[in-house]
Amino acid sequence: MDTTFALLKAFTEAPGPSGYEGTIGNLIAARWKPLVDEIRTDAMGNLIAVQRGTAPEPRPALMAAAHMDEIGLIVIGIEGGFLRVHAVGGIDRRVLLGLEVTVHGKRALPGIIGSRPPHVLSRDERNKTIAWEELFVDIGLPADEVASLVHVGDIVTVERELVELKNRLVAGKALDDRACVAAVTLALEALRHRDHAWDFYAVATVQEEVGLKGAITSAFGLDPQLAIALDVTFGKQYNDTDPGTFDLDKGVVIALGPNFHPQVVARLIEAAQAEEIPFQREPVPGSSGTDAWGIQVAREGVPTSLVEIPLRYMHQPIETAAIDDVERAGRLLASFVARLEPEYRPRWEDER
Amino acid sequence: MSENALVTMLQSLSDVNGTSGDETLVRQTIKPLIKNAVDEMHVDALGNLITFKRGCASNTLRVLVTAHMDEVGLMVTGYTNAGDLRVATIGGINARLLPGLLVTVGEHQLPGVIGIQAIHRAKKESFDKATPVDNLAVDIGATTKDEAERAAPLGTVMTFATRFRDLGYSVRGKAFDDRAGCAILATLLQGERLPFDLYGVFTVQEEVGLRGARVAAYTVDPDVGFALEGTIADDMPKEEKDVSPTTELGKGPAITVKDRSYTTPPRLLCHVLKSAEVENIPHQLKQPGISSTEAGSIHDARGGVPAITIAVPCRYIHSPVALTRRSDLENTLRLVRASIARLTPKTLRLT
Repeated sequence: MDTTFALLKAFTEAPGPSGYEGTIGNLIAARWKPLVDEIRTDAMGNLIAVQRGTAPEPRPALMAAAHMDEIGLIVIGIEGGFLRVHAVGGIDRRVLLGLEVTVHGKRALPGIIGSRPPHVLSRDERNKTIAWEELFVDIGLPADEVASLVHVGDIVTVERELVELKNRLVAGKALDDRACVAAVTLALEALRHRDHAWDFYAVATVQEEVGLKGAITSAFGLDPQLAIALDVTFGKQYNDTDPGTFDLDKGVVIALGPNFHPQVVARLIEAAQAEEIPFQREPVPGSSGTDAWGIQVAREGVPTSLVEIPLRYMHQPIETAAIDDVERAGRLLASFVARLEPEYRPRWEDER
Repeated sequence: MSENALVTMLQSLSDVNGTSGDETLVRQTIKPLIKNAVDEMHVDALGNLITFKRGCASNTLRVLVTAHMDEVGLMVTGYTNAGDLRVATIGGINARLLPGLLVTVGEHQLPGVIGIQAIHRAKKESFDKATPVDNLAVDIGATTKDEAERAAPLGTVMTFATRFRDLGYSVRGKAFDDRAGCAILATLLQGERLPFDLYGVFTVQEEVGLRGARVAAYTVDPDVGFALEGTIADDMPKEEKDVSPTTELGKGPAITVKDRSYTTPPRLLCHVLKSAEVENIPHQLKQPGISSTEAGSIHDARGGVPAITIAVPCRYIHSPVALTRRSDLENTLRLVRASIARLTPKTLRLT
């Protein structure tokens, strides 16, 4: 099996919705441990690892953040053996029917998201997007057993194996943002064999999908001199109605706008060009909606940038990306880190 | 035949792909299961697998039992310039089920995905309406129309990419409508000879108009017909408390009194109910007036045939994952066997 595919498979298939990142956190930690000098988990659950640099103390630090949480569901009621659920993060109701899920009750319970059969609905109702009150999770057990195994508040995650499509595209759940966690992992692997002056902090953040919480708190904790967030952006797909989407497999995306320090962005572009990594530019006039937005205003402010992987069908359990773009993002991050001189700090033109 | 053997058979039939008109793999899976248990077997012009098991007594009844091999799916009808597949449904699929699915495309079993506009970019006005099938496409990762066409020429079919799972109390998988019926029919054929000639037909194209059964009923020219199905269970939470639930899991085989396609002759209905009573088999009556079944094609074949549909209750049929109870599979088999074994010409007033 292609090793990047294997990495993506392991990361995307593990459960870990916002606020419940334990399982995925442990998986990533096991993978990062042999690659780093120190690794720990902070009070919120952020996984923080560091590869120490070669520059003399006090050594500057770069923080790379990719969120490990995924969107999911939570049990809000139990009705005669069927579970009523609601969203954790930006779940898309339009794709829930017929999905296989795991209910994390007393044990992992396989379930299906179902609703009443179409014949009991009117023609109009049949063609409406299902409402939360109309769907439920069915674990196929008798009602009394369900009551003893599942409680309100238990979380529910989608079961979806990563598949490979043509042209080295992959499809599955949680590529947002485990694809970028994979890219950070590839960067850590590359930097084992490459000197870098700065300390490189790799952070798998928590709770991005519910308010960038992990990014905000980990940036406070690390107080880095520079930060790069890695997340997904909208991939070009067959039913695009508006511009602003990016071809898959044509390179990583580097974002421009107020959320990002222009000098850092310029250095990212330089690194991409030097290493012949294809890239595209994304104009972001306001919030990027990613960890970058939270990190930028931590403490006294952090010069921040954002590297993105184009992704089709975002927040659907068939998110699709190019393996090559994941590898490119990893290479760009490694290259950027390696090129940082010990005395470099991002400064505005008018600073002394 | 143990309960587990029936479940194992359902698993192997559920995991095989065969949409209406493309049932070959299902037929090929069934043939070895019954080859040594029947006296004759042939495949007709439509693809129906017609088997004959001679009777062991002088009873001259000709009994037809059908179960359909086809499942609902999608067919490639065109392409986008970017290499996605435009599709149409084969049989009845509620379009709002399709976004977010993984499908298996064509004989090479290519994985494909059905995606929609990201929620962040979806227009509010269109969010509440299900996207019609015409506006969906299947992404197999092709980058050009040519590549897509070579990988999946027009007419290529696709099925839900679901794998069977045994949950103990329940089992789930795709196409229980009607691989559940096929598993029961195959098991019946594997059993003892009955007092009369039995024609077990694994039919084709039920989902696109009960077509295979029509042809089979003409060919076999039976005295009585039993259609085995996997039917709608609606035992989920609902607001209206006093409406019958179509069928319910755990209550045993669902017997049709009348559906949209035919009415069961009262004598035959009584006979089946009596058989259930005599053998102590849990059973239920399906809510009248719902769905069309193969009994609809059998009952008015040639000069007319008394026919009845007996079905395994299943939740979520015509969706990627259906769910049924082990006990219901087992009890449906028992009821079909008992009803057929107890038949005499007198039951049907044929002497």
